[in-house]
Amino acid sequence: MGHIVEIEGVNKIYGKNHVVKDLNLTVEEGEFLTFLGSSGCGKTTTLRMIAGFEEPTTGTIKVEGENIEEKEPFERDVNTVFQSYALFPHKTIFDNIAYGLKMKKVPKAEIKERVTEMMELVQLEGFEKRYPSQLSGGQKQRVAIARALINRPKVLLLDEPLGALDLKLRKQMQLELKRLQKKLNITFIYVTHDQEEALTMSDRIAIMHDGILDQLGTPTEIYESPATKFVATFIGETNIFDGTVSFVQGDHVQVMIENGFISGIGDGFRFGEYMTVSVRPEKMKFSDSPVDGFGITAFVKDYVYVGSVIKCIVELPNGNELKIERLAGQSLPAIGSRIYPYWNKEDAVLIHSKENSIFEALDNIVLA
Amino acid sequence: MGKKHSKHEWKSNTLPAFVMVGPVTVMLILLVAVPLIYVGIMSFCTTDAYYNVVFKFSLENYAQLLSPDYVKIYGQSIVIALITTILCILIGYPFSYIIARTKSKKKQLLYMLVIIPFWTNSLIRIYGWRTFLGSSGWLNSLLQFLHITSGPVDFIYKQGTTVLGMVYCLIPFMILPLYTAIEKLDGNLLEASSDLGAKPVSTFLEVILPLTSGGIFSGSIMVFIPCLGYFFVANILGGGNSDVIGNLIERQFKSGNNWPLGAALSIILIVVTLILVKIYQKAGGDMDSLGV
Amino acid sequence: MKKKTKIHKIGNIAFCALVYIFLFLPIPVVVVNSMNATTSKSYLSWKGFTLDWYVKLWDNTALLSSFGNTIIIAVVSTILATIIGTLGAVGMYKYKFKGKGIINGFLYIPVVIPEIVLGISLLTIFAKTNIPRGMLTLILAHVTFCVPFVIFNVRARLTGYDNSIEEASMDLGANRIVTFFEITLPVLAPGIAGGALLAFTLSIDDVIISYFVNGQTKTYPLKVMESIKSGVAPDVNALSTLILLGTILLVVLTQSNLFHKSKSE
Repeated sequence: MGHIVEIEGVNKIYGKNHVVKDLNLTVEEGEFLTFLGSSGCGKTTTLRMIAGFEEPTTGTIKVEGENIEEKEPFERDVNTVFQSYALFPHKTIFDNIAYGLKMKKVPKAEIKERVTEMMELVQLEGFEKRYPSQLSGGQKQRVAIARALINRPKVLLLDEPLGALDLKLRKQMQLELKRLQKKLNITFIYVTHDQEEALTMSDRIAIMHDGILDQLGTPTEIYESPATKFVATFIGETNIFDGTVSFVQGDHVQVMIENGFISGIGDGFRFGEYMTVSVRPEKMKFSDSPVDGFGITAFVKDYVYVGSVIKCIVELPNGNELKIERLAGQSLPAIGSRIYPYWNKEDAVLIHSKENSIFEALDNIVLA
Repeated sequence: MGKKHSKHEWKSNTLPAFVMVGPVTVMLILLVAVPLIYVGIMSFCTTDAYYNVVFKFSLENYAQLLSPDYVKIYGQSIVIALITTILCILIGYPFSYIIARTKSKKKQLLYMLVIIPFWTNSLIRIYGWRTFLGSSGWLNSLLQFLHITSGPVDFIYKQGTTVLGMVYCLIPFMILPLYTAIEKLDGNLLEASSDLGAKPVSTFLEVILPLTSGGIFSGSIMVFIPCLGYFFVANILGGGNSDVIGNLIERQFKSGNNWPLGAALSIILIVVTLILVKIYQKAGGDMDSLGV
Repeated sequence: MKKKTKIHKIGNIAFCALVYIFLFLPIPVVVVNSMNATTSKSYLSWKGFTLDWYVKLWDNTALLSSFGNTIIIAVVSTILATIIGTLGAVGMYKYKFKGKGIINGFLYIPVVIPEIVLGISLLTIFAKTNIPRGMLTLILAHVTFCVPFVIFNVRARLTGYDNSIEEASMDLGANRIVTFFEITLPVLAPGIAGGALLAFTLSIDDVIISYFVNGQTKTYPLKVMESIKSGVAPDVNALSTLILLGTILLVVLTQSNLFHKSKSE
């Protein structure tokens, strides 16, 4: 295992738009890395810079230790699977897949052999003479993947490749892509806005937001310990509390929020600091009497039955709603009754805010 | 760093853009913009005794444009163009509607049949009409043979024959945009309309006509404007009795040899064209559908 | 009700038939007169069948050379207009640059302005710059009015053109030039062919613009115009009939070719 792609200090600016901000990231050989984020977060631009369709405004991109930003797309050993598939409409499936080999002037016999082998790999035998317009979405997708893999790239870039498929097919293709990646042992860099897709397929996920890399980590790390408020809200469902640190003792942190106080466990928090607490619905609990370390009350607003769990929607005095999951079959308080939400302190994720502490904010005001 | 970057950018964008768009830009400047501007300048010039253009500012030509003889021809030309356009709509619309909405497999062929006659030289075909309508032409022979008329009837050299020739030459420019507009019409809309209780006439007025009016507009532009300039149709079929503005211009540039006056007359056509195109755009017309 | 729709249908067919008769009527007149044994130029009446005019046609070198000129001008200006137009359409589609709107606006001028205005404006500028009128000026003029039509046709093909197929090609190792010939050109081919066909058609039939910029060079339509002034000589009818046969043959050939191609896709 070594570094296959190194992105160092990369910025991309289009006119007034700062699309990618100071990106530093290393992709390991053979891993499945996903750039996850909503549209316009800079993930596709990053992918296109690796492919060579865009040039970094500043910074360097290395593939196998070699600077590539001066190289044209056709000189790079990376290949792309496009969101729109980008199959050549005037060429047969065989010729589409053979295109990369033809450009490398591989002898005809070898082309035939390798294309046939590739078509078997993606289960497209018998489609050689068809044209792209005669294929279904899933089949086109396989052609796009086969075409990009034929040159045995060091890195395969995939730009939302499953975006146009229906849900069932998408699930199936997710597994198949993962199988291909394991079998061929090629580094995959994948771009998607679908968090579920990212969580199922990736070895590591890079979450981008407004051009900034918010967090890079394994799916578990991302889900269990989100580094920013954005990551916490973007991945899965969660309850968010913004507040200021009111009390610190060891790793125990008590946080003052709008309607009371809550507690959690975290390092490096200082008294008066702005912060965010995130608690997943399945970690939330409630009681009918106050719990030590928690000073909030809520009213039960509604119950939503989701298979084996019941989602309780409860309302805080300021009108904010919390979601609490309970296993079905448990007795539930009546709608409208008062409850006391709490959780095990280690289940809360404490996130430093990007803003300064309340005291620094005051200092700034005074100095100004 | 920044310098290297801009050089690379230049290589990848500016050069291809320049190579690709350069030729058409040069052509449009040298062969469209400059000549038209030159015509504009010339319209303010005069000629010397040997019909050479003299570059001295004068409004003489524009004064001459107002002479009653000319004004009469502008009127006549506009009337001919208007009648031609209306006839093209009246014939072209139902015709396009029928062939665009037919379920026959021969639809493509029906469409091609509109274009095929235009692959024979247009002058020859106009002349064919003259032979057909002439005093000893086919039509007169037929009428006399059937004893409908006793002697030859004079069909040609009338304004009507000029209009016939204009309609004949220009009707494809009406049919083609109408065909495209009508073919795009979603059949479900017509069913929805009758489903909601509209009689065929109301469906036509409420749904079909508004959705195909774009085709009528662009067709009208493509018929009306050329009609003002098609001097050869008026020459062959009108025999000098139904001149259009094009005839006036042609005369100044050929036999009359007064180019500045011809240039001023051309300015009329340019102005009329600009006004009509502006109206067309205001009405929401798509310029690209004028390309046929 | 049923009867009504039937009458309706017959009415439709009759109406369309009349329109087609109107469109085609002058053609049999030309064909028949090319075989009329009359010696007079005004075809007063049918004087018997003859193919003499087709034989005499070969002696009319002026007419034949005018036809040759028309073909040369049409071929050369179609090729030039197709190259300039295709490059222009693709360039304007792909790149952003200042003045694009102005170029676009100017493209419509040769299309909407009456041909006579374009003709005299070119004549005045050729006269002013002392460019000798003839083959060269005819070709320049024809290219001018053909280019916009090529651009519109190619542009129609470009809407819905997926830029990423070019990126895919480069991604797979093809440089820009190879990509243009392997991907861009073949995909745009139907639009380019349509534009070229239209340009060729417009060029061979052009009377008005050629009439002003030809100098001493005669094209076939101009020769026809000349002979109309003195009554069309039957050999002109004969040549027109031959050209008609030629185009029909060409259409049948190309259409069946198109048919096969569409079947394979």
